[in-house]
Amino acid sequence: MEEKKVGGGISTGRRVFVLAAFAVFVAVAFSASVTLGSVRIPLEEIWQSIFGAGAGTHQQIIMNIRLPRTIVAALVGINLALSGAILQAVMKNPLADPHIIGISSGAGLAGITMMLVFPGHEYLITPVAFVGAMSAAIVIYILAWKNGIRPVRIILAGVAVSAFLGAGISAMMIFYSDKVHGALMFMAGGLAARSWPHVTIILPYAIAGALLAFLGSKHLNILQLGDEIAKGLGLNVEMTRVVMTALAALLAASAVSVVGLLGFVGLIVPHATRLLIGSDYRFLLPGAALLGAAVVMGSDTFARTAFAPTELPVGILMAVLGAPFFLFLLRREL
Amino acid sequence: MVLETKNLGVTIENNEILRGVNVAFSEGRRTSIIGPNGAGKSTLLKALSSLNTRYDGQVLLDGADVRAMGRQELSKKLAILPQGATAPADVTVGQLVDFGRFPYRSWLRPSDPKADREAVEWALDRTHMTGYKDRRVAVLSGGERQRAWIAMALAQQPQILLLDEPTTYLDIGHQLEVMNIVDEINRDYKMTVIMVLHDINHALQYSDEIVVVKNHGIFAHGTPKEILTVDMLGEVFGVKADIFVNSQGISVLSPVSLVEEAGA
Repeated sequence: MEEKKVGGGISTGRRVFVLAAFAVFVAVAFSASVTLGSVRIPLEEIWQSIFGAGAGTHQQIIMNIRLPRTIVAALVGINLALSGAILQAVMKNPLADPHIIGISSGAGLAGITMMLVFPGHEYLITPVAFVGAMSAAIVIYILAWKNGIRPVRIILAGVAVSAFLGAGISAMMIFYSDKVHGALMFMAGGLAARSWPHVTIILPYAIAGALLAFLGSKHLNILQLGDEIAKGLGLNVEMTRVVMTALAALLAASAVSVVGLLGFVGLIVPHATRLLIGSDYRFLLPGAALLGAAVVMGSDTFARTAFAPTELPVGILMAVLGAPFFLFLLRREL
Repeated sequence: MVLETKNLGVTIENNEILRGVNVAFSEGRRTSIIGPNGAGKSTLLKALSSLNTRYDGQVLLDGADVRAMGRQELSKKLAILPQGATAPADVTVGQLVDFGRFPYRSWLRPSDPKADREAVEWALDRTHMTGYKDRRVAVLSGGERQRAWIAMALAQQPQILLLDEPTTYLDIGHQLEVMNIVDEINRDYKMTVIMVLHDINHALQYSDEIVVVKNHGIFAHGTPKEILTVDMLGEVFGVKADIFVNSQGISVLSPVSLVEEAGA
């Protein structure tokens, strides 16, 4: 496999190999997530249950608890990873991640407001969270704009917007302290008790978002060359930016409205993928989607089994892994 | 195709950079834009290439307003290489040049792989970059990198090529290499070349026409012979220079002193 010469690019063979490896990760993480837990269920029984031949409590556990939770984890991972990958091209910023730059906080404040003030309208949480995410993205953009976009300004504007929106979230939790347990789980980002209703909330956004993202991959490639080159090549830069930011906000908002504020997936996953597969979005996006699904499924399995019977929210594990990674990137890229 | 401006004015953050500029670039000619720092050379090039569309007046391509044309259509006719272009670290020369085919692709229209491949191969060949196709742009030397970016612009198969200081930061050997490549493309394909040049001697040697920008507008426009005068150098650049004819029969200059010093 070492046919790469000095100064050469990443070969298509290597990209396909990495994608295949990621697909294996997905299969392994999926299997672990449905088999492991307070009751260990062998894989054969899982296939039987999924295809309708199982019976008894194991069948119940798989179909009502583990399988939907695993699917939610995979979809959340896909959406957050795609959202981060898109934002990194749109904002020309290696540190862009829906959580860090405050888009998730926008979705979070809007979502938590819906949950606490207007309970019983779960179907509205995602659209409202999207409006929150998009508003946060626009505000960050306006604050960071001064003769063009600079990476450091986006991060700083994002920190400020996040802090502001975080204050809003805290205030909501104090005003509605009787309902705060649900809100606490939302803040930490966890998959506890996620089931089929949550799958139906996130699935349409995941499918539509992934499809649109892949359609835009060539445009994202051009956007990475910088505004002037992109314009010179005939790309409508402003329009592409707006459409792609909206798409990233929608992907992040749908994930946030199901699992709450799950950070760093959108940062770590696209970066690891970029290192292995390169910056061509036609490969980067499918790679990030696969790895995102594998990482969230795997991390959630670890977080809920490692300290049994206590279930750790997966967001805590992601933050423990993600914060040092963010600092590493900060030192390397800026 | 003739590219021209009608009463072009550009104001950036309340600073008037250009005012009432009327200039036409003839088809198949090489025109250099020169002038002192901050005179608006790059600003003019950005308006000509529609990188900046916030201007007063008009930019016309064969008499048609470019703003009514659509950016993608325009980028098949006109290619621009701005200064300081960068690509992601893993992009190879081949991939970079292939980005030049972007104007010919869209969501609805499938690309024509044969036309794309031929255009990329042609662009690599014209810039002597064929052997570098699988190298990453990030590891190339300055001269090689500049040729790779020029190849990307050529892959657009434009009729007009605009270059913003294509030789800056290159040593004299690589400067001439870049200028020769541009020269050959102009000669062999009658491609119109419009470039901002820092080095007046390059402008004198490699241009059919020179446009001198000063004080928000066009100070002079003519052949190198018409443009190169002691008065122009004094008035525009504040420099006293010797003008002499080199071994190729081209008038060149050698700056001697600033005008104030010369008077003292």
